[in-house]
Amino acid sequence: MNHDLVVNRLRKGFVLVLLFMMLASLAVAEEAVVDPVTAAIEAAKEEMQSNINIVWTCIAAFLVFFMQAGFAMVEAGFTRAKNAVNILMKNLMDFSIGTLAFFVIGFSLMFGANKGLFGWDGFGLSGVEGDGSDWNWTFMIFQTVFAGTAATIVSGAMAGRTKFKAYICYSVFICALIYPIFGSWAWGGLLNGGGWLENLSTPFCDFAGSTVVHSIGGWLALAGAIVLGPRLGKYGPDGKAKAIPGHNITLAALGVFILWFGWFGFNPGSTTVGDGEIGRVAVITNLAAAAGAIVAMIISWTVGKKPDASISLNGALAGLVAITAPCYTVTPVGAIIIGAIAGVLVYFSVIFIDNVLKIDDPVGAVSVHGVCGAFGTLSCGLFNAEKVLGIGDANGGLFYGGGFAQLGSQLAGVGAAFAWAFGLGMLMFTVIKVTVGLRADKDEEIKGLDIGEHGMEAYAGFQIFSST
Amino acid sequence: MKLIIAYIQPHKLEDVKTALAAADVGKMSVTNSLGCGAQQGYHESYRGVGFDVNLLKKIRLEVAVNQEFADKTVKAIISAARTGEIGDGKIFVLDLAECIRIRTGEKGHDAIG
Repeated sequence: MNHDLVVNRLRKGFVLVLLFMMLASLAVAEEAVVDPVTAAIEAAKEEMQSNINIVWTCIAAFLVFFMQAGFAMVEAGFTRAKNAVNILMKNLMDFSIGTLAFFVIGFSLMFGANKGLFGWDGFGLSGVEGDGSDWNWTFMIFQTVFAGTAATIVSGAMAGRTKFKAYICYSVFICALIYPIFGSWAWGGLLNGGGWLENLSTPFCDFAGSTVVHSIGGWLALAGAIVLGPRLGKYGPDGKAKAIPGHNITLAALGVFILWFGWFGFNPGSTTVGDGEIGRVAVITNLAAAAGAIVAMIISWTVGKKPDASISLNGALAGLVAITAPCYTVTPVGAIIIGAIAGVLVYFSVIFIDNVLKIDDPVGAVSVHGVCGAFGTLSCGLFNAEKVLGIGDANGGLFYGGGFAQLGSQLAGVGAAFAWAFGLGMLMFTVIKVTVGLRADKDEEIKGLDIGEHGMEAYAGFQIFSST
Repeated sequence: MKLIIAYIQPHKLEDVKTALAAADVGKMSVTNSLGCGAQQGYHESYRGVGFDVNLLKKIRLEVAVNQEFADKTVKAIISAARTGEIGDGKIFVLDLAECIRIRTGEKGHDAIG
């Protein structure tokens, strides 16, 4: 008896509570516009998303920084032991000097409010508050490591014969002027700027920097290698190219894996948003790299009779460089095709530059970054499939029925990058040549830049000198 | 039979090989070596502390030839390895008592051939 009574009362009480809640919710519905609870939830979500974006962008920046180690290992491994200290010092210094130059000048030219041809305000992040939520800090470290990547591409192409002093001069110019001004044309609008390439009627598409970062570095590398001339012994008296084998393929392979790893920050990080697109861009990036490595291996196997390790490693990098521009806007099939074409391109480009143009590029920087960067940028105009991916209203790519508009903008960007970086590069390296001197003297080159420029050896105590 | 031992600059090896091939001398053995002589060493430093390196990197080239080839071989090496600067190296010519080809057991003139 007693038990039933209690249950009954509880039921009555429960019904009353329900009624009250329904009334309350009706009242809330009438004044939903100013509901403080929903507003607070929205604000919290927004703050959470903004913090996730900052955390993701910073992690991506740190991954891209690690690519410096990758470049250092690739370049050291692909060149001779007697120049290893020099390569490592160049990689250390172009990032360190580039960081300061980009912080003080470059960032403002690239992302400051556009005053004509490039940005011009906020030098050295002046006027930015110390508040940790300010996006400018995150954006600064993210963009600094990108500038550092462009700068470090050049050292490999100029390996084994460049005066260290001359290389330091170059490092200042690229991060203070050459890279940021071109960057402002394509990427200025990411912050306060805005340049002509991104304001074309069909905006130039370079999501993570096939052109802005890699081609700029690659074309500067080409200019540097031309002004320097080939290493002693690279071309015989008959003009035929000779192989000068790298001293450590183990290190070179480690470097390529580090670069591949870092690229998961380079491309997916360029969304600067912490959401599911990180995964999508990572898949696209990975597919292109894998296709590039496989195709480069197959070509070296069929043309050269053996699966060549250094060409296959370059093939992976070629795929990565090529997919950097279209990584956000192409389908997985598109990515595989782009990576595969880059794998073909890098093989023939290396041979063409070596044997026909007779330009000595010890690590293949011009082929990987310049040529494949240009191709990757153009591939946006061929393979962009925004509608298929559900991120746009129309497909931009020619192969997806988008016509020639996107391809035209891509051509403009690729052409402008070549004219700007190669033209200024030739001028800059020629000026360095006649002022501080660009090339190390002959004795020093024969003995090795490590002893001549830095007074030490990379492998003290090891008798690993070769006859070249 | 003569044994010709030459110490040359490492970067001259390719030229010397080419010159020997042109003189019809196609057999040699090459080793890395360290040595000092009239050419002074050089200075290195490690973490700010300096030290002198006076054992320099050289290539040791050995060629065993029959009498009639001795002169040609020496001339070929000199023509390719000489720059006129200190450090070009030295050539030693020794009498060779015997030469045996392990595979066939041939001796002397035939074995060197």
